[in-house]
Parts: sequence; structure tokens; C-alpha cells
Amino acid sequence: MLKEKDKIFTNLFGDEPFHLRNAQARGDWDNTNELIKKGREWIIDEMKKSELRGRGGAGFPTGLKWSFMPKDSKLTNYLVVNADESEPGTCKDRDMIRNEPHKLIEGCLLASFAMNAHTCYIYIRGEYFNEAVVLQKAIDEAYDAGLIGKNAAKSGWDFDIFLHRGAGAYICGEETALLESLEGKKGQPRLKPPFPANKGLYGSPTTVNNVETIAVVPTILRRGGEWFSSFGRPKNTGTKVFCISGHVNNPCNIEEEMSIPLRELIEKHAGGVTGGWDNLKAVIPGGSSVPLIPKSTCDTVMMDFDSLSAVKSGLGTAAVIVMDKSTDLVKAISKLSRFYKHESCGQCTPCREGTGWMWRMMEKIGNGHASSNDIDKLLDVTKQIEGHTICALGDAAAWPIQGLFRHFRDEIEDQLKKTQAA
Amino acid sequence: MSNQKNTFVFNEENAIKAKEILLKYPTERKQSAIMPLLDLAQRQNENWLSRDIVEYVADYLEMPFIKAWEVVTFYSMYYTKYNGKYLVQVCGTTPCWLKGSDQVIKACKEVISPEPNTVSSDGLFSWMQVECLGACVNAPLVQINDDYYEDLTYDTTKNVLQSLIDGSPLSIGSQSGRKSSKAVS
Amino acid sequence: MAKVKINGSEIEVSDGMTILQACEEAGIEIPRFCYHDRLSIAGNCRMCLVDVEGSPKPVASCAMPINEGMSIHTNTQSVKKAREGVMEFLLINHPLDCPVCDQGGECDLQDQTIAFGPENSRFEENKRAVEEKHMGPLIKTYMTRCIHCTRCIRFADEVAGVNQLGAVNRGENMEITTYLEKTLDSELSANIVDLCPVGALTSKPYQFEARPWELKKTETIDVMDAIGSNIRVDTYGWKVKRVLPVLNEDINEEWISDKTRYACDGLLNQRLDTPYIKKNNKLEQVSWVETFSQLKKLVLDSDPDEIAFLVGDFIDLETSYLIKKLSEDLNLKAVDGRQEGCKVPFNHRSQFLFNSKIKGIDETDCILMIGTNTREEAAIINSRIRKRVISSNIPVALIGKNVDLTYKYNHLGDDINILIDLLNEKNSFYKKLTNASKPMIIIGQSVLNRNDSLQIYSLLETFTDKFNLIQEDWNGFNVLQLAAARAGILEMGLIQKNKSIDDLVADAEKGKFKLVFSFGADEISYEKFSNCKIVYMGTHGDRGANAADFILPAAAYTEKDAIFINTEGRVQYANKASFPPGEAREDWKIINQLSKNLELKWSFLELNDVRDEMFVKFPHLKEDFNDHNNGFIKIIDNKANEEIEIINKDTRSSQEKKNDTINGNIKSFEENSAKKIFNTAWTDLNDRQREYLRKYNYPETWSEFTEHYGFKVVNDIKKKNNIVLPYEDQYANSIGKAWNDLTYNQKKWAYTKRNKNNLIGLADDANFSPDGIVVLNDNQEAYYAEPKEIYFKNKNLSFSIEDFYINDSITRHSSTMAECSRARSEVRSSVTEKVS
Ligand SMILES: Cc1cc2nc3c(=O)[nH]c(=O)nc-3n(C[C@H](O)[C@H](O)[C@H](O)COP(=O)(O)O)c2cc1C
Ligand code: SF4
Ligand code: FES
Repeated sequence: MLKEKDKIFTNLFGDEPFHLRNAQARGDWDNTNELIKKGREWIIDEMKKSELRGRGGAGFPTGLKWSFMPKDSKLTNYLVVNADESEPGTCKDRDMIRNEPHKLIEGCLLASFAMNAHTCYIYIRGEYFNEAVVLQKAIDEAYDAGLIGKNAAKSGWDFDIFLHRGAGAYICGEETALLESLEGKKGQPRLKPPFPANKGLYGSPTTVNNVETIAVVPTILRRGGEWFSSFGRPKNTGTKVFCISGHVNNPCNIEEEMSIPLRELIEKHAGGVTGGWDNLKAVIPGGSSVPLIPKSTCDTVMMDFDSLSAVKSGLGTAAVIVMDKSTDLVKAISKLSRFYKHESCGQCTPCREGTGWMWRMMEKIGNGHASSNDIDKLLDVTKQIEGHTICALGDAAAWPIQGLFRHFRDEIEDQLKKTQAA
Repeated sequence: MSNQKNTFVFNEENAIKAKEILLKYPTERKQSAIMPLLDLAQRQNENWLSRDIVEYVADYLEMPFIKAWEVVTFYSMYYTKYNGKYLVQVCGTTPCWLKGSDQVIKACKEVISPEPNTVSSDGLFSWMQVECLGACVNAPLVQINDDYYEDLTYDTTKNVLQSLIDGSPLSIGSQSGRKSSKAVS
Repeated sequence: MAKVKINGSEIEVSDGMTILQACEEAGIEIPRFCYHDRLSIAGNCRMCLVDVEGSPKPVASCAMPINEGMSIHTNTQSVKKAREGVMEFLLINHPLDCPVCDQGGECDLQDQTIAFGPENSRFEENKRAVEEKHMGPLIKTYMTRCIHCTRCIRFADEVAGVNQLGAVNRGENMEITTYLEKTLDSELSANIVDLCPVGALTSKPYQFEARPWELKKTETIDVMDAIGSNIRVDTYGWKVKRVLPVLNEDINEEWISDKTRYACDGLLNQRLDTPYIKKNNKLEQVSWVETFSQLKKLVLDSDPDEIAFLVGDFIDLETSYLIKKLSEDLNLKAVDGRQEGCKVPFNHRSQFLFNSKIKGIDETDCILMIGTNTREEAAIINSRIRKRVISSNIPVALIGKNVDLTYKYNHLGDDINILIDLLNEKNSFYKKLTNASKPMIIIGQSVLNRNDSLQIYSLLETFTDKFNLIQEDWNGFNVLQLAAARAGILEMGLIQKNKSIDDLVADAEKGKFKLVFSFGADEISYEKFSNCKIVYMGTHGDRGANAADFILPAAAYTEKDAIFINTEGRVQYANKASFPPGEAREDWKIINQLSKNLELKWSFLELNDVRDEMFVKFPHLKEDFNDHNNGFIKIIDNKANEEIEIINKDTRSSQEKKNDTINGNIKSFEENSAKKIFNTAWTDLNDRQREYLRKYNYPETWSEFTEHYGFKVVNDIKKKNNIVLPYEDQYANSIGKAWNDLTYNQKKWAYTKRNKNNLIGLADDANFSPDGIVVLNDNQEAYYAEPKEIYFKNKNLSFSIEDFYINDSITRHSSTMAECSRARSEVRSSVTEKVS
């Protein structure tokens, strides 16, 4: 279990106020300009050493991503922070924003400096109204204290942060859709290439990072990349905020060491599965987009990128959705299908036409009006979407269904037969 | 593209806010401000947008009406009709459903109206089911205007709604007495 | 250049190409819906997915740039699966209304379903229905058919420059619409009908008018403005059903203005179809013979000074030439075609042409427009300028009325003195002109019509030196003509020296003239000519006809072979798509006859003789004309390729083909296509929809379908003459039967084949020869058909009609067999050339 002193987010639950004064007492903004003085190379180097992988779901190594930014382009570089947090099961960024906003703001300054960006936009989902209010207050505090703005934190670096609120569209979490949305358009993902690092916001080089990714930067730089990488396993390092929801006794967010066994995570922090571990049926370990894993896998799997992908699932956003034996799994996944149908931007054919079709077929199966052939057809349709779309939403819509039938097809078919006999 | 019939203008306070919002974006990228300006306009107009308002905002940002209308219809938080004083949005996605969002919907049906998207007879509310609100650890929950009420049950949902009817809203956040997303132990 | 491998074979392509373009270069067809090479890349339909080695997922080839060493596969199982998947998704919500859809037969979705689609539909849900949208009087929408490729939106935004189309809502509820369903406010709007790959946007006037396979297609030239857009005229019988653009990179690319597209509606109304003479103040129908003999009297009774010729805006070049010839022989002075009163006596063609050519707009780096609203006067030029402004942000300025040209320009004012300011470097825009390396000015007609137009025109000529408009390989001195006939009229010199048409009208008012010939001059007010007899040659009951004492009915632009010179001075060849109605005649023939009657010692046998003589006098025109004809030869080649493509698209395996042939069960490509769509579509319906369609007697089975909507029965002539096409014979033989023993379905199959080429039967004197054959179509027009391959003369071969290529664009749609045999001799010589 992660020791209290090794936690990065010491005020995750808002036990203390978020204000600058309190944040500084907790160690934020401590000699930030010293860190900046060490230079860009050093910052990116430390980030690489930390082996931090992006916390937004895709798990791309952050240091490497930053190094893609052109060093001396004539255009303005941008940092854009992805605070759109809309992946079902996920609510970690929310806590960081409302209770530790100064970690994020300081991280923005450091990351922007490292990537030669004078401007940072934070795109926060529209529903997080109160969180946006807090974050704006914190930004104002930082401006007033000279920590950002002209000559930010006396580092000689001019730096602005602007908050932009979304308006209810999951797809705007996809980084290029987010940029479109920021430019005042519909949030429809762009074709890649060009990648944002070459042509992002307003056509300028841009890096998009998740809130958590940025918020852990100051601590990593203060304590050193090696400190961070000492947690977890190689390539799966650091601490991570997990969101545990669903059928557990005490659902919660919790910062833990990467690679902690799933069972330990649930039992130590969330009060265990309702009705005991043996009452567990399945877990979605990384937010709605990753395939579920059955109990047998849950017994042993570790919570990190590589172990979860080894069991054909993924760490995603580390949002653990627990489902006990009372769960109608088809219904549970069908609700996710409805979610993706609702959130598809409508731009590309397979996702626009396929998500609705999949959901309708799932509903049919849920209602018992289906046969084994229908399941084959459904799985075939998921294959027709997977890998054929502009952005990963198509995949995200297909995978949960594939996961469901990978592990529970027999059971579901039995159930169908029973309903039809009745 | 001006429209003579327009009756909507930003009030004094919002006119200043709108100018401030424009400052966030590069001057030649005014269109970036459409989302915050629509939000501002919507707040000034009992939380919904008429065509007039959309045209006003489009003109304000010198963008074609159709492109503004695309934005309005794409995002789910712009409403093109009046939804009552309180818009109750119940999350029905899997994590909330697992924890009993059906019970919350039941309470809404009883207190507000049997059908979603229908303003209650007293004009106070309407309710609708929405997708994941991003507070799944505190499931099930509702968003009422700007605020989240979390860790609900059938009863506490009713309490919250009743408190709004009574004009003394309960405090926002968890209704089960815990602090934010911390585990109760 | 970059080397890439496509399906294993290496090819070198230029850098910056996309995979799709590279594949095209390599001759590999990639299916696509959203991609269009004149629009930005959307990459949203996902039909063009291909495999690239090293990429875990298939990539959208339309959007992916090529990389050195890339290895691309377009024929793998995974690509096939991906295409099938996309097709299935596109079809699940697409209605089954192919039988009643105007796009049927020329629908990308239909075609690609056959080539790449799945066998059957597995969709059991209800289909989505989308409400119709209103987009104005020209565009009919069936939004349920929309496949969301967004081509129309991109066209409106990018080419037409009107941001009025958008896609509202998201996900499966996405819908294409104009804001508040307003009319699309663009003079190019109907191009989206052509762009729409399905039948969601169709042409309102053409609605339910015809099926594409029934139409005869003739490539020709538009006359609605002086651009000379290349168009295709589709006719059914003698009626023009629609006008479509034909690609010409130098002129209209692949767009046409709405005016060009819909002017054909007027071809049927108020037509003059018989000669008239005014007797007792009433126009009476008369014969040509009477007309000409009366005209002769009139002309001979008049002094040459008492006769005036007015020439209109649609007169073709040959007719202009004959009018000139006639006026010279009669020794007339009062001849003018500058109807709106231009006073400049142009001495050289570069004085009235758009010298930089339309293509020059792509190179210019500064434009000054004077007294023109290009958006109204020359929509095609305007969109070309817009493209240039958008892509390169060149400075554009306008002196004249401040109008919305769909792009940003500098409005210098509406005062002609600004020209002097520019010359004196008092107006800051002069710097832009001076700094430009290829500057251009565009002079509008309104400048030339002013009373002081002579002074202004010479002022403008000084711009040439001042701003270096003419350089070794650049001429930026452009006059924008408005009428299709004008450049030709000026070229032929149909103007009065030192006088304008205003002077002519004043003379008429003074009673100078006794007799006025108006060759389609409809822009002139005839009140001033009340003392004269007016002879009007024209097509419509227009202004000229109303004032006329004699009416000579002529042929409209779609009804004759003719030459037109556009505003650039380009000589273009218009083809006859249909016939003049009733007694009406081709214009040149009328003047020819007049000359004959007047015993002027010249009369021509045929149009080519007119041309020959004209070209001797104007050799520079001949060069241009030949250039253009070469273009047609290219078109022939392309068409032949198309045929081969269609054959290649037949999805049956060779064994299947063989079996089909043996069993008399051959299905053509089209039949296959329609059937597939039909089958999937019917099963996709829900019960209520089926019931509805049954109520209206929609065919349910394939055979019913072909009965109803299939191909027309044999034409009467064929029956009467008891002609059996060699092809039919051959077909019958191939399945071991005689033609008369075939079943109805088998015969129908053979007709299907026939229908494609519009063949009915062989003309009486037709005989097979390697040089070509003569055939008749439904209208009993004789066509001359060329062999698809070149055969040596002495080889003893047998042929079927299939071996011949019926080319709509070069073959004269000759009205007589004599003309046909001449066509034959023409083609023969070119064939022999090819052989040697
Ligand atoms: C459909 C979709 C939704 C996404 N939503 C989010 C999100 O809400 N928050 C987020 O940080 N990343 C989201 N992502 C991932 C982002 O595209 C991007 O990978 C991420 O912001 C990069 O940040 P990181 O490198 O710090 O992880 C989403 C991706 C997809 C395809
Ligand atoms: S996959 Fe879905 S969300 Fe992503 S671009 Fe395509 S339609 Fe939009
Ligand atoms: S043509 Fe490439 S995605 Fe449509």
C-alpha cells in the first residue's frame, strides 16, 4: 500500500481548502523558478526518466510526446490540457481540479515552458461547472501572486492560462475533436496525419495532455524522475489515481501505486465487493472503453498497462467498474452501447451507422429476442467498426461488446434459450 | 448577416463578460468564443436558446448562422426549448445504473412528470436522462442546473426535489453524508 | 518523386500525393464517396480504406500522404472486408427506392454496391427516415438517402463561397441542411446535385423526367454567357431533358452556373416553329418558299443605305460569317452586333478578349476589376478568382458597384476617376499592381457602354505600360464579354466603323431605314424602327419576334452543329443534340437560302463548306479549331476505356460467366447492379413500408421489376423491317438457338445490350465493313459507328454491333443518309491514318 508520504495528491478529497495559501503550505509552487532554470532539456529528461505514461487513456509516454514539439518553430506552440473527463467510470480529474488546482496550474507552467508554449488552454467538460469556478479562482490567485502571467514565477517566462468550458460531448475528449471544439466548431475528430504536434490548435504545434498527467509533473520534477519510476513496474511506473465504482462497499477515488493487484485495490480501499469477493462477476478495469474481465482474471491481475493488455483489456483511465453476481451483464454493456451511440460525432460511416445498430442488437439480446446467430452478426458488426473509423471512439464502442461475449457467451446463450422456451 | 427582428442583446453585465471572453482567444479567431458566449446567452435567457439568440451570437462573432447552429445542435448542453426553472439530469450510464439510477428516475417521474423533457405542472422542473456525468464513484447522481447531488437513493432524491419545491435547497454534493469521493470507512 | 509499392509492383509518384492518387496513377481503382479532387479532404466515408504494411489498421487512402518506400495493398481480404463493412453500414439506413430515384442508373452507391458490397442485408431494425429539406427551386432533397459524405457542404464553403450548408445534430441523427431551410444563395448551387453521390440532392426541374439510360448524351458548348462552358446535353426524343457540366480544366473545370444548367427549360416554350409574315397587321403562318420570295422583293426594292442588320447574342460563328458575307455583297454599311451600345471600334482581337485566358487567373498575383460584377456576369470566372484568392490570398480590387463576390476584395469606389488616381499613383492600390509580377485587369461591359467609353478605353490601354500588363508570356489585359456570340461577331467585324448602335437607332428614328434584319437581336428596343419592315430570325417569341413583320424560325444552340468563340477567344465546337422544331431551320441554312434567292452567286451545300471558306479567310481560327477537335479524339479514347472498365466491373467469375452464357442466363453489369440493390432494399423494409409499396403496385420480385421499369420494347421500325441485329443473331447462336426461338427474357437481355448503345437496327444501306457502320436510334437518326479496334482492310472478318463504338460526341447526328456517308468517309480517313 502506497505510503502517505509518497502520495502526490495529499488533498485529493478536499480536506483542506484549495486556495493558493493552503496549496503552498502543502508544497506546491515551491521554488518553481528553480525548476525552470534547469532548462527544457532537463525537464524533458526527467519526464522521460520518470517513465510517466499519459493518464488520459492511451498511455503514451509523456516525455517522448513532449519531445515531438518543434523547438524553434515560428508559430506559437500551445499546451492544451484535457479536462473533458467523460469516460464512464472516470472521475479522478474532477477531484484534482476542485481540490488540487494549483498542482495542475503549476504543472501547466512547467510543461508549457518545456514545450516552448506561452499559452495553455484547459478544456473542462461543461457539466463540471463548480469545478470550473474553483479552477478559475485558483488561476486568478496564481495570476495575482505573479506565478503565472508575465514573467511567471519570476522565471522570465511569459505564460497565460485560459479556461474553456465544453458543453456536453464525450467526443471532445478525443484530442483533435477537442481542438476543433476549442476553435468554435463541432467536436469532430480530425484526420491524422497531421498530428497536433505539427498542426494542432489554430494550425500551430500543440500538445494535448490529461489533467493527471500535467498535475503530477511538479512533484516528479521536485522529487526526481527516478523517485516516480521507483513505483510500479518498469514501463508501468508511478502512482495513479484509481476510481472504484459499481458494486463495492465503499466506492472511492484513491491514489495508489501502479501495478497494485486489482483484488488488493478493491479490498483495501473500497471495502471489498458487495457480498464478498466470491460474489464478483466481472470488472471493467479501465473505464467504459476497455473490455471487461471475468472474476477468474480479477483474482490475479495487476492494475497496469501491460498486465491488463495481456488479458485483452486495458488500464485506460484506471476507472474500475465492479459488477457482482446480481448484474445483468448484457444490460450493463448495452447501456455502454447506448452511451457510444449517443456520443458518436456522426462524422464517419462505421461509427455513425454502426453504434446505433450495435445498441439495438444489444437491446434485443437483453430482451431475449435473439439467437446465437444474432450474436455472431453483432460480433461481426463490431469487427466492421473496429479499426475502420477516424478516431478511437469506434473501437471503444466495439470492444466492450467483444469482451462481454468473449467471456460470457455461453452463459448468455443459455439465458436466451431459457427465455425463448418460457 | 444582420437580422432586424433580433430582440436579444447581452445585458450590461454580460456584455462586459462577453468582451472578456473574447480576450482569451487570438483576435482573428473569434469563433473560438462561440461556446462560452452561447452559454452566457443561455444563462441570460432562462437557460435556453432561441434562434434569435443564436443569430445574435453568430453575428457577434461574425460567423455564418449555419455554423453556429451546427454547434448548438451538436453539444448536448445547449437547449432549444424552455426546461423549467430546474433542469434535473439523471445519469443513466452503467456505473450509475449499477448503483440504482432506476430508482432515481422513478423518484423524478413521481415528483416531476411521468415523461422526460416535460415541464412539471407547476413550471418548476423538468427531468431527462443523460449519459455519464463524470462522478461515478458517487453514483447514482443527478445534476440540477449547475449542481451535482450525489450518492442518491429513491428517498434522498425525493428529499432533494422537495427541498427545491420548498425553496430551501439542500446542500449540494453527497447526500449520504460522506466527503467528496473519499471512501467511508 | 517517391517510390512506393502497390500490390507488389513498384511505381514512382510525385511527393505529396495521397495513396489514393498514387493508386489512380497505377491504374488501380479505389472506391470512394466523400473524396472529390476539387474539394478538401474529409476522409469520413471510410470507403477508401487500404492496407499499408506496418500499419496495424487499414488507412483511409484519400487522406494519407505517400511516404518513400511505402508498401500498399488494395486487394487483401482485410480491405475487402472493410469495404463490405462500410457498404453495409451505408445501406442499412438507405431506402430501397432505386426504382423511383432519379439517381438510379448513375448512382455511386448503386455501382459500388455491386462492385464491393455485401451479398445481403442483415439489418432487421427500422430504417431511419429524415425529413426533406428545402433548398430552393432547383434542388430537390430526399435526405433519407443521404450518406453524409459532406461533399455538398464542402462545395458550398469552398467553391461557391456561401457558408450556408451544414450538418446539424450528431451521431446517427446528423442531418445536412441549410440554415432554417433557406434557399442556397449561390449562382453555382446546382453543382451539388452532380456532387451528391446518391439521390439525396437531385435536380428539381429534372425530377422524374427520364432515366439516365434512356437519354442520348451530346457534349457541346453553353451559350448563356461568354464563358463557353463545356456541357453535356441529355435528350429524350427531341426534348432536352437536362444539361450537365463536362470537365474542361481550362474553362469551367467541372462546374456550370445554374443559368447554364436550367436554361434548357426554355427550349420547349414559346418556340418559333414556322415562318410568319404580317398581313393586315396580323402574323400569319406561311411557307418558306413564300417567305423567301417576298424577302427577295423587299431587298431588291430597297437601297443598300436603307437596310440595316442587327446581330444578336446567340448567333454562331458560321452564321456571323455568312451575315458578314451577305452584308458585303449587298453593300450595306449599317451592320452592328454590339447591342448594348459599346462604342469602341476594336481593331485587333486582343482588344476585346480575355487575353490572360481563364486559366491565367490561377497564375495572376493581382487583379483589378473595373465595372464588372463577375459573380453575375461570369460565375465561372468568379469562382476561379475566389479559388485563387483563397489559396494564395492575392490582392483583388474593384472599381464599380460594391457587391458580394463571395471573397474579400478591396472596393476602391464607384468612380471612374479612380483610374486616373491609380495612374498618378494617388490611390494606394497602384503599389499592389506595380509589385505584382503577373497583374491582371478585367474590364466589364458597363465600362464599354458609357458615353465616354472611347476615352476610358484608351486610358485603360495606358495601364498596359504603366503596370506592365503585357509581358513576354503574359497578357493581363482582359475584357469580359457577356454574350456567347460577341467575340465571334467582333472577330468577323460585324460592327460599324466610328458609329455605335445608338447612332444606328437614331438614324432609324429619322426614317433612314426601310428594312431591318434582326438576327436574334432581342436586347434592342424596336419602337424606333416603327417606320421599317422588320425581319426577325430567331428561336423564341421574344422582343424581336413581337416587333417583326417577317419571322424566320431558327435553331437554338442545342439544335445545331456550330462554332462559338468564347470571351478568351477560344474556338469551340458545339454539337447538335436535338432538332429544330417544326419548320425551323439551322441559322446558316436560312442565310444561305437568302443568298441563293437573291442570286448572289454563292450558296453552300453543307456546313463544312462554310467552315472551309471561313477558315481560309481567318486562318488563326482554324488552328484553334483543330486544337479543339483533338480534344474530341481524346474523349473517344476515354470513352472506350470506360467501356472496358464496365466490363471489368462485372463481378461474376469466369466460370459463372460461362455457365450463365450456356444457360442463356446472362446478366449485364447494370442488371446485376440494379438487382442486388433491389434485393437488399426490399428485405430492408419493415412491414408497414412493404404494405405501402404494394398498395402502389411497386414490383416485389426482380422479374416484375424489369417488366415495369426495365427496358423498352423493340421499336416499331425494327419490327416493320423485320430486322434482326447481327448481335442478336450472334447471341442466339451462342446459346444454340435461332432468334425467334428465344424466350421473352432472353430476348430482353439482348435488348438490354441494345439499349445501352441506343441502337434500333441497321439502316437500309448499311453494310458491315471494317470502317464503320450506320445505325439508327430511337429517333430514326442515323449514327455512324466506328470499330473499337482497327482492322486491316483486306482481312475477312465478321463483326457484331458490339465490336463497334457508337460515339455520341463525334458522330454527327445527321438527319440524312447522305450526311452520314460523308461522316463515314471522314472517319475512314482517320482510321486509315491510325493503321499506318
Ligand atoms: C473517444 C475518446 C475520448 C477521450 N476522452 C478523453 C478524456 O475525457 N480525457 C482525456 O484526458 N483523454 C481522453 N481521450 C484521450 C485523448 O485523445 C488523448 O489521448 C489524451 O488527452 C492525451 O493525454 P495523455 O497523453 O496525457 O494521456 C479520449 C480519447 C478518445 C478516442
Ligand atoms: S469514430 Fe465516431 S466519434 Fe470518432 S470520428 Fe468517427 S463518427 Fe466521430
Ligand atoms: S474517400 Fe477516403 S474516407 Fe471517404
